[in-house]
Amino acid sequence: MATETARSESDVPDSVSEHLTLEDRTGLLRAMLAMRGIEERAMMLYRQGKVPGSFYDGFGQEAVSAGPTWAMHGHDRLCILHRDLAAHLIRGVSPARILGQYMGREGGITGGRDGNVHFGERRVGCVGMVSMLPDMMLVATGLAMAFKMRDEKRAALTWFGDGSTSRGDFHEAMNWAGVQKLPVVFILENNQYAYSTPTASQFAVDPVERAAAYGFPGFSVDGNDVEAMFEATRQARERAIAGEGPTLIEAVTMRMHGHAAHDDMKYVPAEQIEEWKRKDPIDRQVKRLEPLGVDVAALRAEVKAEIDAAAEEALAMPMPDGDTATERLFADEPALLEDGASRWSGF
Amino acid sequence: MPTMTYLQAISDAMREEMRADERVFVMGEDIGVFGGAFKVTDGFIEEFGEARVMDTPLAESGIVGTAIGAAVEGLRPIAEMQFSDFISCGFDQLVNVAGKMYYRQGLSVNITVRLPSGGGFSGGPFHSQNPEAWFMHSPGLKVVAPSTAEDAKGLLIKAIRDPNPVVYMEHKHLYRRVKGDVPEGSYETDFSARVAREGTDLVVIAYGAMVHTALEATADIDGASVEVLDLRSLVPLDVDAILASARKCSKVVIVDEANQMCAAGAQVAAVIAEHAWEDLDGPVVRVATPDVPIPFSPTLEQAVLPQVDDVREAVRELLEY
Repeated sequence: MATETARSESDVPDSVSEHLTLEDRTGLLRAMLAMRGIEERAMMLYRQGKVPGSFYDGFGQEAVSAGPTWAMHGHDRLCILHRDLAAHLIRGVSPARILGQYMGREGGITGGRDGNVHFGERRVGCVGMVSMLPDMMLVATGLAMAFKMRDEKRAALTWFGDGSTSRGDFHEAMNWAGVQKLPVVFILENNQYAYSTPTASQFAVDPVERAAAYGFPGFSVDGNDVEAMFEATRQARERAIAGEGPTLIEAVTMRMHGHAAHDDMKYVPAEQIEEWKRKDPIDRQVKRLEPLGVDVAALRAEVKAEIDAAAEEALAMPMPDGDTATERLFADEPALLEDGASRWSGF
Repeated sequence: MPTMTYLQAISDAMREEMRADERVFVMGEDIGVFGGAFKVTDGFIEEFGEARVMDTPLAESGIVGTAIGAAVEGLRPIAEMQFSDFISCGFDQLVNVAGKMYYRQGLSVNITVRLPSGGGFSGGPFHSQNPEAWFMHSPGLKVVAPSTAEDAKGLLIKAIRDPNPVVYMEHKHLYRRVKGDVPEGSYETDFSARVAREGTDLVVIAYGAMVHTALEATADIDGASVEVLDLRSLVPLDVDAILASARKCSKVVIVDEANQMCAAGAQVAAVIAEHAWEDLDGPVVRVATPDVPIPFSPTLEQAVLPQVDDVREAVRELLEY
């Protein structure tokens, strides 16, 4: 299924999953709208000087985090990358805390200790990324190792980019997960560029083909089709909890903005951007749902109101007190991962 | 109280914890069927099974990274590097992922990373290093380094139970050379310093194998009363114990087996210079390995690693100052 949908471009299949209800499909659209809306608001705040450091977004890649997260159970675990904001939202992190995070506020997820999208809310089963990519592939592999050791029917999922496939931790994680046949889903977010480096300078062989070399299947999926991403992940998770081991899913997508706010992306041909604009994941899901009677305008208004309120709440959050910067380096008590929301109607 | 080698005490600590707590497991290269390069986990696979005595792929970043994942999910992995030198391949996971996780995200990483360290037996440049200072300079990691069998067990049990990442330096040259009475059952040794021998004229501050070098060098030195302070823990560093010894003795020799530049002893010297200057009767003296890789040939290796005579000479000179 997944491979077949990979190169579909203009056509919008009605639904690529018999496992999604209309409510699921609307939920997926809502998550993508919320991701885009929050990131657009954060970009405004950045331009107003309220977001320190730089700003990174996942514009045009919303389906890559929304679809897979929808397919994961609340007791599964996610290691989330920087263009995957929808994952946090679907797990249950509030938009206000995310905007507070961007602004380095005390009420942000890390309380100002780390910036922008470097966060994971442990109370909803998420581990935040570090800048060294793809370190979290090994952490996700370790989570899956724990599930297997305890004989639990749970799975771990992580995202990583096309650039990550050049580093050793990619190999170590793929190999380890293959050797131990672990319940982990690897999502390669192939957005064509690692900063300014195109995939042609990154690898000689499409990395999805490498999965076979590690002893497990790899699928290339249309990363701008949220339902295709859901379905591919649902199947990968089924394999994982059935004890059949890992799956590599390559989400073929495009980074529509620069690496970060400072990057004008002039190294990307204009026609490439134009081509991918036509494949916008939100537009595609809207085209699916409007004929089914979903009131998309109302949904957009609802999301906007939520973000307006969240921005107000985040702007009211105090900055952290400088005197606390040296506190809480070590834990006095264990503070571990907890379960997040299970969204899919199939659970 | 049974007598054990330093190595047996390390094994005993892990056995005790694995018997008492099913969350605890060991992982590393060749530690299962083979029992480990130094046989620290000999017999473990028979007692605990291959799932909890995990022979891993040859992948140090993988060992540390997957240990982190297992830990944040509630397990308590003890990850062995076959040699401390190999932690350079797992450095990023340890320093950037494990060390910063709690500070950034409030997620505790209960891992113990065992690093068989140190030279003295022609291990050469890649099997002899003392990399503890790398981790002292990396916020969020605790670093301990026992010198006795009793502390080897107690510090390891404490490390396994600590909700934070702990780097456990076990000196290979002590494995079978050091023996001592080791209490039965479970006990924790605090991450604090220990006075290995009381004295009043001069204090030698050391940790790991150098504690034994210091004790031997100063056992009988012109009738002087020489204290030996065993740091045991490098992070946290027991500043109170360091200052108490420095103030009492007024003369300080610091011994590191590690390369001298920015070694643990450099931090100890800085602490004394900042807080005990008025109490000193002479300069702080350091004995450490010069800043070269640890060479292979015995004559070259002995020329760089601090020897008993080097410490004795430094102590004598300072006593006469």
